[in-house]
Amino acid sequence: MTRSRRAYEAVPMTRITVDGEPLTGRAGQTIAGILIAAGHRPWRRAPSGAPRGVFCGIGVCFDCLVTVDGVRDVRACLRRARDGDVVTTQSRAEDTAEETP
Amino acid sequence: MTRHVVVIGAGPAGLAAATAAVRAGARVTLIDAADQAGGQYHRMPTDTYEAKRPFRIRESERCDWWPGAAVWSLERRDSGTPRVHVVRGSDADGDQRRRYVLRPDALVLAPGAHDRVLPFPGWELPGVVTAGAAQALAKGERVAVGGRALVAGTGPFLLPVAASLLDVGAHVIEVLEASTTGAVLRGWTHRPWELAGQAGKAAELAAYAARLARGHVPYRTGRAVIEARGDGRIEEAVTARLRADWSVVPGSERTSAVDALCVTHGFTARLELPVAAGCAVLGGFVMVDGDQATSVPGVYAAGEVTGIAGAPAARAEGVVAGWVAGGGSPERLRAIRRRRDEGRAFAVRLATAHPIGRRWTEWLRPDTIVCRCEETDYGTLRQAAHAQATPLREGARAPGLDARAVRLGTRAGLGPCQARICGPALAELLDTNPHHRPVAWPIRLGELANPPEKEQTT
Repeated sequence: MTRSRRAYEAVPMTRITVDGEPLTGRAGQTIAGILIAAGHRPWRRAPSGAPRGVFCGIGVCFDCLVTVDGVRDVRACLRRARDGDVVTTQSRAEDTAEETP
Repeated sequence: MTRHVVVIGAGPAGLAAATAAVRAGARVTLIDAADQAGGQYHRMPTDTYEAKRPFRIRESERCDWWPGAAVWSLERRDSGTPRVHVVRGSDADGDQRRRYVLRPDALVLAPGAHDRVLPFPGWELPGVVTAGAAQALAKGERVAVGGRALVAGTGPFLLPVAASLLDVGAHVIEVLEASTTGAVLRGWTHRPWELAGQAGKAAELAAYAARLARGHVPYRTGRAVIEARGDGRIEEAVTARLRADWSVVPGSERTSAVDALCVTHGFTARLELPVAAGCAVLGGFVMVDGDQATSVPGVYAAGEVTGIAGAPAARAEGVVAGWVAGGGSPERLRAIRRRRDEGRAFAVRLATAHPIGRRWTEWLRPDTIVCRCEETDYGTLRQAAHAQATPLREGARAPGLDARAVRLGTRAGLGPCQARICGPALAELLDTNPHHRPVAWPIRLGELANPPEKEQTT
C-alpha cells in the first residue's frame, strides 16, 4: 500500500443517503463520485425514461442532476457531499412540462 | 488609480494571467467555478490539495480569489469593458448563492475546454463517459469509473486518461486511436525542430506511454468504437477499423465486454463567455492578436479557448494576457511570446495528427441519439433538415438551411446542456453556430430576483 493511499484512508468519512439508501464516501468527494464508487451508474431518467448518469464529469452535460436537501437540479459531479446530505434522484419523464434551465 | 483586472478561470492559463497582472501593478479578482484552483489539468483530491497547497493564490490587497463562483453573464456596453455578473456560494448549484456585479478595467477569459464526443449508437448508455469524466473521477477522487474499461477516440489525451484509470485499479483492455498510423506519424514528425520547445510535453506523453506498457495495455491506431450496447448500462463496445476518412472497413467489427467506455474526439473550447462578450470566433476558437487581445477592447483570452495546445502553451498565453491586461508594457515579453508561439505551432501539429475524419457520420443510424438532453435522433434531424433545404425551383442553389427552425422543430440543442455536448455535431450536421446563449450558465430565478451585493471597491 502506498503512502498516499494510507494517508487517504485517514480522511474522514462522509455519510449521505440517496433515495433513502445510506452511502459512505471520503470527505471532499462529490455526490457522483460516491455513487459511482458504490456501483451506481444510472440515477436520472431522460424524457423517454431512459437511464442516465455521469457523462462529462465536469459540469457541462447536466446528465447527472440530482436533488439535494430539497434543492433541484444540482450537478452531482460538481457538488461535494456534506455529511448528512439527503439526495433524491430526478426524472424528466415524470414532469416534462417542468423544464430545467 | 490602480487597474482592476478580472480573470475568469483558474486553470494553468488563468493562474498565470492573475500572477502576471499583479506583477504589472494591477488589482486582480480571480474567479473559478470550482472550489480549488488548478483547473482540470491540476485536479487533485481535496486532502492532497489541502496538504500541498499547490496553488497558493497569494491573497493580498492585490489579488482576490473567488472560488465557487459562476459567471452567468457578461454585459456588453457601448464603451468600456463588459460588466461581469457572478453568483457565489459554498455549494455548487446551491440555492444560497449571492449575486455580484464587477466593473473591471480589463477582463481575461481563460475558461478552458471540455471533451468533444462524436455521437455513435448507444453513446447515451450509462457507463459511457467522456475521457475527461474518467480523468476527473480518477485524479480528483481516486474513483475508477469501471472495472473493465475501454479508452477510445482521438488525440494525445487518451494516454493520460488510460494511465489514470490504471492508477486507480481499473483494467484498461485497450486504447484505441481513430487516426491511422500514417496520419499520427505525419502530424508528429513533420518539422521536428518545432517540438524542441515542447520537450516537457513530449516527456510527459512518453511517461504515460511507458505506464501503459507496464500495464500491458495495447495502443491501436486506425480503430474506433462505433457502437455501445447494453441493457440499461454499457455491457459491450463494438469497435471497427477505420480508413483515413473514418469510414468503417467492412468486416473489421469486433465486440468487447466492458463496463466503462471512455471517449474523447478532441476538445471543444468553452465559448459561452467569449461569445457573450462579443469576441470574434474563428473555427471554434477565440481570435486573439499578439497581445492575446480579442476583438473586444479590454477583453483578453488565454489557454485552450484560443486553441488546444496543452498546459505549457496555456501558461505562456496567460502570462502575456495578464501582463498586458494589467497595464504592463508589451515590449518586455519577447521570450514568453516565443514560448507562446511554439505552443501555437504545437496546437497546429495536434490538429494535423488527430483530425476528425469527415465520414464519421456513417456510424450514425436513423435511431442514433444526437442531442442527449432531448433525445433527438439522427433520422429526425435529417428529415427536418431535408424539409428546410428543399430548393425553390429546378437548378436553383438550395437556400441556406434554417437551422433555427430545425432546432425548434426537433428540440435538438435546446435541453438542459444548451447544446454544449451536441453543439459541434449539430453544427456539422446542420451548419450552425452552436455557441450563442443569452445566459451563459443557468442561474436560479430566486437568485436573479435578489439585488446584487454592494461592491466593495472601485
